Amino acid sequence: MSAPSPQQAATLEVIETARPPRPLIEEVKERSGAEISRCYQCRACGNGCPFVTAMDYTPNQVVRLLQFGMREEVLKCKTIWVCVGCHTCSSQCPMGIDIAAMMDALRLMAVEEGVAIGKPNIIDFHEEVLKSLEKNGRAHKLSIMLGYKRQTGGWFKDVDVGLKMLAKRKLELFPSRVKAVGEITDLFKCYWRESK
Amino acid sequence: MSRAQGIDRMDFSYFPGCSLATTCTESNQSLMQAAKALGFNLIELPDWNCCGSSSAQTMCKNLSLGMAARNLSLAPAGRPLVAMCPRCLHYLRSARECLKADPERRRELEESFGRPINVDIEIIHFLEVLVRYGLDRLSADAKRSLKGLKFVPYYGCTLFRPPRLEKDRYFQGEMENVLKALGAESVPNALSYRCCGSFLSATDPEIVAPLVNEIIDSAAAAKADCLITACAMCQLNLEIRNTRKTRLPIFHFSEILALALGAEDYEKWFVRHIVDPRPVIRKLAKAA
Ligand code: SF4
Ligand code: SF4
Repeated sequence: MSAPSPQQAATLEVIETARPPRPLIEEVKERSGAEISRCYQCRACGNGCPFVTAMDYTPNQVVRLLQFGMREEVLKCKTIWVCVGCHTCSSQCPMGIDIAAMMDALRLMAVEEGVAIGKPNIIDFHEEVLKSLEKNGRAHKLSIMLGYKRQTGGWFKDVDVGLKMLAKRKLELFPSRVKAVGEITDLFKCYWRESK
Repeated sequence: MSRAQGIDRMDFSYFPGCSLATTCTESNQSLMQAAKALGFNLIELPDWNCCGSSSAQTMCKNLSLGMAARNLSLAPAGRPLVAMCPRCLHYLRSARECLKADPERRRELEESFGRPINVDIEIIHFLEVLVRYGLDRLSADAKRSLKGLKFVPYYGCTLFRPPRLEKDRYFQGEMENVLKALGAESVPNALSYRCCGSFLSATDPEIVAPLVNEIIDSAAAAKADCLITACAMCQLNLEIRNTRKTRLPIFHFSEILALALGAEDYEKWFVRHIVDPRPVIRKLAKAA
């Protein structure tokens, strides 16, 4: 294609061909308040996290991936599911980045976008807890554990501890229930699971 | 062990939460006794529900906000709401802040519950009740000395750390202040703030066991008799996930408090422990 002549160019409208998509860090910041762009990779968060050996990326690497806009890598990683939100990282970050809040936001984004979950047994567990909450309004540990073991097939992994807890009646046989449980069920209406 | 009737009794709404209501009922029973002895009247929030917990927080923001908000809607105005579980405290406070900032969501929830939500309510941890109103009552009401009990105060991760709630009180050192006033000796230099593993203890015990072992080892190396936790879930995780031969009893803070204040039925709670704490208690009784 030949270049437009000066006259033609004057009459052409400005057409936006590509607008850079909103940077990923902006999106995460909006949801979590975490100022991800401030990170200079001091690695205090990665060094302090008690669970780092069970993660695929250290928390500082997750921050870096976000800065690079690598959405898929982040949302599919194990790290965001292993993170229990203990805030060790957030309290140590010299730049005041609330990394735990950032992890919260990333988990929600992963769930909402329906990506493959990096550590599925953990989301299975949360699902079991929610089933118990929807039914009783309170958590019933025994049915959560039974449901979870049924889903993940890990029956024998933890039998010892389970039996000890049963013997000490630390796993109550019957749930404690909310009377106005309808008020709780109503709250579940907004929950994304319904649309599945 | 009851305080003379009528002496400045103070009323509080009380949110037990799922752990204290079931798995860790010994923490709840001892808390009730300790509170009664000190003249704090903890009135259970009528028909309370789970605070939302990490699971609701993970899966749906509206759900976790709604669950915490329902509890706030049940709390009568005019008295603070007391929680014992640090996570419950955290979620209830976060919800209060969130509803303050989002009046529209608040109105929606109020409509669906048919009740107003009190967003100005004060939400405090039992430890704060003690520090604020109870320190002088403590020495007056103590029945048993804790002299000779060497403990590691185990705060776990949530009680004061979340930056989102940094405007709220910082609890570091308060457990020591209370227990030292009762004669116990706190042992520094152990892993007092290391996270106990939270829900990973249920889903991935092999990740949590080495970390719990480190915590217990650090306490044993510091020559402590026991660890005293501020959270019922920490107490459980430290007990069930320790795979070493060294075993230290783990107490919930309220158990030791109630013991010092003269509770008689402590055997009932202590048999529910997985690591038998009775030798430590016997040693304490002998020393007295
Ligand atoms: S909040 Fe998550 S990432 Fe941060 S230290 Fe705790 S477990 Fe690790
Ligand atoms: S502690 Fe803060 S500044 Fe340091 S690597 Fe982690 S997020 Fe970046």
